[in-house]
Amino acid sequence: MGLDIRTPIGLLFAVIGAILVVSSFFLNGEVYRASLGINVNLWWGLVMLVFGLIMILLGARRKDGSLE
Amino acid sequence: MKLTIVDWSIMLIYFVFVLGIGFTLKRYMKTSTDFFLSGRSIPAWITGLAFISANLGAQEVIGMGASGAKYGIATSHFYWIGAIPAMVFIGVFMMPFYYGSRARSVPEYLKLRFDEKTRGLNAISFAIMTVFSSGISLYAVGLLLGSLLGWDFNFSVLVAALIVLAYVFLGGLTSAIYNEVLQFFLIVFGFAPLVIIGLIDVGGWSGLQSRLATVATSNGFGAGAWSQSWTYMGSASSNPMGVEWFGLAMGLGFVLSFGYWCTDFLVVQRAMAADSMSAARRTPLIAALPKMFFPFLVILPGMIAIALTYQTGQSGFVLPAKADGSLNYDMAIPMMLGHYFPTGMLGVGLTALIASFMSGMAGNVTAFNTVWTYDIYQSYIKKGASDQHYLWMGRMATVFGIAISVAATYLATRFNNIMDMLQLVFAFVNAPLFATFLLGMFWKRTTGHGAFVGLLSGTLAAAIHHGSTLPKGAMPGIKGGWFGTLHTYPSEMAQNFWTAIFAWTTCFVVTIAVSLLTKPREEGELVGLVYSLTERPRETESVWYRRPTILAAIVLAGAVILNIIFW
Repeated sequence: MGLDIRTPIGLLFAVIGAILVVSSFFLNGEVYRASLGINVNLWWGLVMLVFGLIMILLGARRKDGSLE
Repeated sequence: MKLTIVDWSIMLIYFVFVLGIGFTLKRYMKTSTDFFLSGRSIPAWITGLAFISANLGAQEVIGMGASGAKYGIATSHFYWIGAIPAMVFIGVFMMPFYYGSRARSVPEYLKLRFDEKTRGLNAISFAIMTVFSSGISLYAVGLLLGSLLGWDFNFSVLVAALIVLAYVFLGGLTSAIYNEVLQFFLIVFGFAPLVIIGLIDVGGWSGLQSRLATVATSNGFGAGAWSQSWTYMGSASSNPMGVEWFGLAMGLGFVLSFGYWCTDFLVVQRAMAADSMSAARRTPLIAALPKMFFPFLVILPGMIAIALTYQTGQSGFVLPAKADGSLNYDMAIPMMLGHYFPTGMLGVGLTALIASFMSGMAGNVTAFNTVWTYDIYQSYIKKGASDQHYLWMGRMATVFGIAISVAATYLATRFNNIMDMLQLVFAFVNAPLFATFLLGMFWKRTTGHGAFVGLLSGTLAAAIHHGSTLPKGAMPGIKGGWFGTLHTYPSEMAQNFWTAIFAWTTCFVVTIAVSLLTKPREEGELVGLVYSLTERPRETESVWYRRPTILAAIVLAGAVILNIIFW
């Protein structure tokens, strides 16, 4: 199939990760009382961003969609 | 639950991607095989993830969280014995026939192996079931979004239905599979931090264990009843599920699990879309790897929720009660998302939940349009039309399949019991199926008449068993006992498991008996359809981790180890 699924997955996770990271700079620290004081938007946003970038990279390297 | 612009934009971006995938794939949908079987061109890791995601609808996510709260870690039986062994079996033993026969659907395999009437029975009952299941999904999405976000029921139902319609209509099975893979990652990334934060909050696994001991003892069970999966299975009265180990192993671990994972076209269709025999066989095995660890993602939040609820006051978290005063377990996962996630992360968690609703529904829709077009329309209504015509029919089936689902949703809002009754009937129809496939694939003497009569008597046996037994404390009616109560089960779950065991055994015995009395088919016609007449698939893969048998051994070992750890 002509569309490598890793490209849209990568893009979506990179965008969501970026939104989380950026939002963590603007949000009042009060909101993290729910998450036991952990800045989950920043940390998990970074995790999602990195995962997204890796998927984009894999999708760009292999056009056939196979893992090997 | 209060959402901000951050959460809304995450949700919106997800919808844009979902539709974008559908539009991008539209131009690749040239033949009916592209639309219904993804041109048999999808690599194994994608079909594998889609294989579990198609099953991971929101009822599954919400339901497993609810069971985690209600029954504790014993809910993992639905995974470690109720899914993994069956997934290994279909990958190693059954896939060579499904994929190798080039059947385009499960009913079509029955037509090749047995006869037209067995296919017809299976195709028609399956088509009705999938359409209504997707209606049940929609109904759940409407209720959940209403109670969580205050969205209007009609609005939620219509938006979810239209988005699924759009992407399946455009990109067919490929679109559904791609979105299932997307949803798989969303669920993992949306729920993992919930589990991590929740575990930190309760003091890790040992902290959770000691809190769950309070839950167990205040419900009159032994201290480990919520945190040990097998120790309390000796008798039905010592665990909250109310089942004993034999009913659990045979009913859930064998009949129900193999019946679902090995014969349900909803999941088998994903493997049929794989790009080679080896990929098709690896599909359920690759699926089993993450499936093993899903209990930590979906059951643990439920367990944490019930633990917090019993520590009244300390955490400020309490599961809401239903109108009759009992706890509303279904709210465990949605409430946990709201409890631990700040705005932003909350958007990701809710998007994951909505994604699981939509892809659960899309899974049903793609299975329906294929069975409708190939097994009903092409077989009984219009034979020999052009491929383009069937491609068009598949798109139309997508439209009216979803229209019927929406109608079913509104039927459910009027008559709440209808959905319970339908699910009961589905259970009767599904329970005996695996006996038919097991005999069909591994005993060449099985005949079409035997299969057909066996299936009908299995369904009848399920209905009779259900009609003559009751779970403890229930009134005769939808729960059973409609022609008297011969036996009372300790719980509804025990009754379900034993209904399945009766149905399966009846189907098995009757199929053998009728087969022996009827004329078998020529052996030459059964090559590629029956085990003893088919050449064993040769291991063509040179790398060890791509060999189905090695993967199967790893997966089984993993399941055994997990069972022992949480024994």
